[in-house]
Amino acid sequence: MKCVITGSNVKVLGRAVHSLSRIGDELYLEPTESGLSLRAVNSSRSAFAAFLFAPLFFQLYEAGGRQPDRELLRCKVLMKSFLGIFRSLPSLEKTVGKCLILLKPRASRLVVQLHCKYGVTKTHNLAFQECERLQAVFDTQSCASSLCAPARVLAEAVVHFPQTLAEVTLGAGPGGKISLRNYVEDEAEPTKTMVTELWLAKEEFQTVAVAPGSRITFCLKEFRGLLTFAEASNLPLTIHYDVPGRPVVFTLDDAVLEVHLVLATLSDPESGSQPPTANGVSHLPAPSDDFADDLESYMIAMETSAYEAGSGVPPSPTFPLHTPRPAESDPEEEEEEEEEGAVPGTPPHKKFRSLFFGSVLMPGGPGPAPTQEVLAEDSDGEY
Amino acid sequence: MRFRAKIVDLACLNHFSRVTNTIAKLAKTCTLRLTVSKLYFILSDKVANGGVSMWCELSQGNFFDEFQIEGVAAEHNEIYLELVPENLSRALKTAQSAKAVKIKLTNKHCPCLRVAVELPSLSSSSRIVTHDIPVGVIPRRLWNDFREPSVPDFDVSVYLPLLKTMKSVVERMKNLSNSIVIEANLSGEMNLKIETDLVSVTTHFKDLGNPPWASEDGCQSSAQGRDLERMAEARIDIKKLQQLLAGQQVNPTKALCNIVSKRIVHFILLHEDVSLQYFIPALA
Repeated sequence: MKCVITGSNVKVLGRAVHSLSRIGDELYLEPTESGLSLRAVNSSRSAFAAFLFAPLFFQLYEAGGRQPDRELLRCKVLMKSFLGIFRSLPSLEKTVGKCLILLKPRASRLVVQLHCKYGVTKTHNLAFQECERLQAVFDTQSCASSLCAPARVLAEAVVHFPQTLAEVTLGAGPGGKISLRNYVEDEAEPTKTMVTELWLAKEEFQTVAVAPGSRITFCLKEFRGLLTFAEASNLPLTIHYDVPGRPVVFTLDDAVLEVHLVLATLSDPESGSQPPTANGVSHLPAPSDDFADDLESYMIAMETSAYEAGSGVPPSPTFPLHTPRPAESDPEEEEEEEEEGAVPGTPPHKKFRSLFFGSVLMPGGPGPAPTQEVLAEDSDGEY
Repeated sequence: MRFRAKIVDLACLNHFSRVTNTIAKLAKTCTLRLTVSKLYFILSDKVANGGVSMWCELSQGNFFDEFQIEGVAAEHNEIYLELVPENLSRALKTAQSAKAVKIKLTNKHCPCLRVAVELPSLSSSSRIVTHDIPVGVIPRRLWNDFREPSVPDFDVSVYLPLLKTMKSVVERMKNLSNSIVIEANLSGEMNLKIETDLVSVTTHFKDLGNPPWASEDGCQSSAQGRDLERMAEARIDIKKLQQLLAGQQVNPTKALCNIVSKRIVHFILLHEDVSLQYFIPALA
């Protein structure tokens, strides 16, 4: 495989690598006839990203070897090494005029050569490993809901959540409004955690085709990586989602670039087994000017109740206290593998289901494997 | 019990945001006392805090465009809430371009201070971000725990040097020692000292000036008969001092400290519309 990238596209490639580095530790390179695909997956197989650069993106693009019958080589390299080449985006923009990527199977080296100003050439030789095709199984057509918005709108929305926030819930509310809210785990004290919720009007989106009342919860960290890329490229972001537990797919489309980010979503707990908590809303009320304001009765109850002096909030007489479910025996947040085709008799614990996966078992075989066999299963004894 | 307030002016919002940032750096949890005219952030001296206490007072009129409070009862028109100030400062952090910020006490599932930020957006309706900050309502019978601390019977009162300078000195000293000695005298001199097995470092400040306190009979030692050169000193936890200095985002109009030898150091930082008092006890 040989390709040459020039001008501002070098920075685009760099940004793509930065985005992928938020996902996994290895970068998969897959040259195809329709372009060069860069992919990454995280260790728990709950996040997958793929950047497909069309041949037009390159000044020169040769997918295969010289012999026409030679199969296209797929390889993976350490993300850290590849990212190191594109680490400083400002200096990429200022000094690099041309980037050459060359796969030398006989020398077992992936060569990345940067041609910079003043005649300086930086050549990086990376070791690579041949690998199987990394492909997540997803189908945006089968998703019940989709949204499309300029990346900037979503970036401005996400800024209100702390950098350390793990998961966020996206929901379709009344009046076509879309909400984003931080996800509070059951185990965390609902009376101690701050809940942030943002409402976006339908008009802020380019398209809104969502199932009313639908909502999904996904990991914010990986999403932020894609959002940074989308904002910089000024591309609208499309979100496809379905029921909780099914993956959410984020896509960016351009003439020369196609990006997919697939994230696992939290599947719903069994309904009815959980008393209403601050976060477990069944309807998402749109914000109005009159908040519920019945502190009077609460205060009277507090003054007359015979509890110990302390700083804790006593149980409110009006609303049930959240009690931990007896079935909740799994305190660790572990992301389990789920085979595609698995019967929905999955454990009731609310954990992220992993996506999709399967690598294709037959090397060189295009398309997803007929059986979604998991190559490396999580050991069950860890709960 | 009702409370609702609104800020529309961006400068006031920034100012209030800075105050909450400072408080967030000083205390993990604190008490917010709301009265008709003022807001107070209070930390009472419990062992859990390491004995430090804090009293921060703001006039609500300088910050809020609307401020309505209905306290626990007519003759006790006040509300005491326990909260995590970091939550409040986080809620206000991204409201820098807001059209309006409303704060309201609510009780949907548990008592919360709801901060609603109305942000400009390209569409006709604004973007609204709400932050529900869980609070604990402190019952009236515990209010005595949160009375304003009295100024201690100090040995020396001295103006502080430029806080920026003091901060960088203390920050470097923090790497060398866990405790620091503050000493000052009535001639406007102050020393910051650390001493370890390997090294001792002292930074000297001069010509700081001593604030004139109205002498109450017998309460404060008057200047006559006192050795102006004699230092009053206290060894305090350096981290607490560093937190106080690091939290200051704007230079105060007046900054001074009162030292009770070997007992406590009382810092007073005054801005135009905010006053902050911080007590750090001396280490044994």
